Amino acid sequence: MKSDSSRYGLVLFFVYLLFYGGFVAINAIAPESMERTLMSGLNTAVVYGFALIFGAVLLSAVYGLLCGDVGRGGDAGGGEQ
Amino acid sequence: MIYESSWLAVGIFCAFVGFTLGLSFWLGRKAKSSEGYFAAHGQIPWFVNGVAFAGDYLSAASFLGICGMIAFYGYDGFLYSIGYLAGWIVALFVVAEPMKKLGRFTFADALDSRFNSTGIKLAAGISTLVVSVFYLIPQMVGAGALVTPLLGFEHWQGVVMVGAVVIMIVVTAGMVSTTWVQFLKGAMLVVFSALLTWMILQRGLRVSEGGADGYRFASLQATHADFTDGDSSLGTLQAIEILAADDGWEKSKEQFVRLRERTTGRVSVWLAKRAGEAADADWLLTEAQTLTKTADGKTLVNGLPKGRKKGEPELHPVGYITELPDGVQETGPLSFSGFFRTLQNSRVVLWRNEKLVHADGGQTTVYYQQATAGGQVLRPGEHPTFRGIRSSKPADRINFISLMLALFCGTASLPHILIRYYTVKDASSARKSTIVGIASIGFFYVLTFYLGLGAMTSGQLDVSDENMSAPLLARGMNTWLFAAISAIAFTTVLGTVSGLILAAAGAVAHDLLGSVLKTPLSDTEKVRIAKLSSVVIGAVAIALGILFQKMNPTFLVGWAFSVAASANLPSLVMILFWPRVTKQGIVAGILTGMVSSMAWILLSGEAYSRVYGLDAAAAIVPFSQPGILTIPLGFVTLVVVSLLTPKPTNSPQ
Repeated sequence: MKSDSSRYGLVLFFVYLLFYGGFVAINAIAPESMERTLMSGLNTAVVYGFALIFGAVLLSAVYGLLCGDVGRGGDAGGGEQ
Repeated sequence: MIYESSWLAVGIFCAFVGFTLGLSFWLGRKAKSSEGYFAAHGQIPWFVNGVAFAGDYLSAASFLGICGMIAFYGYDGFLYSIGYLAGWIVALFVVAEPMKKLGRFTFADALDSRFNSTGIKLAAGISTLVVSVFYLIPQMVGAGALVTPLLGFEHWQGVVMVGAVVIMIVVTAGMVSTTWVQFLKGAMLVVFSALLTWMILQRGLRVSEGGADGYRFASLQATHADFTDGDSSLGTLQAIEILAADDGWEKSKEQFVRLRERTTGRVSVWLAKRAGEAADADWLLTEAQTLTKTADGKTLVNGLPKGRKKGEPELHPVGYITELPDGVQETGPLSFSGFFRTLQNSRVVLWRNEKLVHADGGQTTVYYQQATAGGQVLRPGEHPTFRGIRSSKPADRINFISLMLALFCGTASLPHILIRYYTVKDASSARKSTIVGIASIGFFYVLTFYLGLGAMTSGQLDVSDENMSAPLLARGMNTWLFAAISAIAFTTVLGTVSGLILAAAGAVAHDLLGSVLKTPLSDTEKVRIAKLSSVVIGAVAIALGILFQKMNPTFLVGWAFSVAASANLPSLVMILFWPRVTKQGIVAGILTGMVSSMAWILLSGEAYSRVYGLDAAAAIVPFSQPGILTIPLGFVTLVVVSLLTPKPTNSPQ
């Protein structure tokens, strides 16, 4: 499991883990800060929640680009079963 | 509520299901070998497979359960959306590529790729079976909830119907047709949810005093003396008599008051709250609704026998805003963020309930109003499952963390999701289809928040059935849309259930029998046994779906995720990243994770109150969600047993 794609995958995994862990921690430790208005009249809960969803989509797209899946059929780390 | 079926809805519904089944038969003609039956020959295009991921994953729980939870409790349902999507990050970044490289048909293949061990095949096969059946329960419950309003069927009839259709799909065709059903369903679910969201935003928010049937709930002001002067009259209102709180009413947690009109004898139930802080403040009485199951089996709505047709007694639909910012009555079309800004500064009426037991064994559920600030709806912590984050007890907060951990780790451990990696041709296609899956699923989860809050303010909600919120929201918009959404939701169940049954049947035919029998099964025999197992598993699912009728599917799925994550994730991750792992370690890890998480769930407060009907406080374990303990326990067991057993000779370097 030492291909480039699995290395990128692990790095991005830990980036998202921190982001998600932050959300869970704020909810568990200081739930009242979720009610605070963060930007343009929206509270932290709504902004952070949407950011987690868009963040997941964005990171997965970045991963696809890093692995060279765009515009190519196969990749170096893959192969038929 | 009374659900009348419309011919239009039934027509659209039948056309939809007929088309899906026809397609399934047509595609299934060719899939005769086990390669075709279990893995669609690895020939599914990656984009189709990606949308099919969405179709597989976005189950009745996502669609009905999350929308219902948001409609009744606000932000809390969205926490599930966030957790379910986050789980895909684990699936993509950690599991996707190695799964594709190591396995062939089932999740057990990947685990066993280095060892060829009977024990691993058995343990992984059993865990696949257990997780799939656990996950099937909420899907079948959702199916029953859907068919009730659409076709006017009873819950059990809906469950049996779904079961029969799904068994047919799986038996005739296997993975090829299942994939295309899931593709169609996933695509349509996302498109129609987007349409519904657009309609919600166009409609905007408006002030109302009641639900869509035009009934206005009353409120009464009563002085302090009215309840304490020993007289049964309500102040100067001689026409109304206050009934004494007895026969179970004296035990209610909330203060309910029953009033009887002296002339008609009609009894109404009210929630009494102090209008101010002072101990002798006046009382404010708000009208409640009741649903009574009498000891002799009759159903009463607000004290009258429940009707069968429109216009006869039924529970009034609810879900309305009582106050908008700046005193406006109607907002007109709203933007994506304007919708939240407006709701944040509004007041909505949510409905809560309490169940009372009478001396003769009859039961009354009282549904009462709870005026709620909009800001409270847009923050976590209203639903009983999540209320713990505001509690002073650490155990309640750990429960929350534990659930969020299980959602994060569960997705990548679900057998019916994992087998979808075998339907594409290589690792790159596996990654690409996961990315398409994440994008479609993420988009859908964004929409669930609008759908749920749209239902909350639609005036259409059924106080007695949270799961119906999304279809009822659509019905309030127009009948066509209702029929389309219901048919899609129904195919949603079909898609997910077929995937689950296929995963479970694969485990039986490929893993369990394959490991027990000395001589390997021929291809045709394997497929025949898988089809036979599908019928049995389908029948079990039907029975459980009827048994667990009253549970919110989202909640049950949360349990399935905990078991999947505890049983499967440790061995999946360790076999990928730790060369020292042994077959005994894997077997011990799977079994420990599975048994401990299930035992914890069955001994938890939530199981006590919701499944056995006992007092939650009597539960043996301190919090309900096992993940935070049982996932690490699975890892530790796997590592310790691996270290205690001889190093595998063929470990990769």
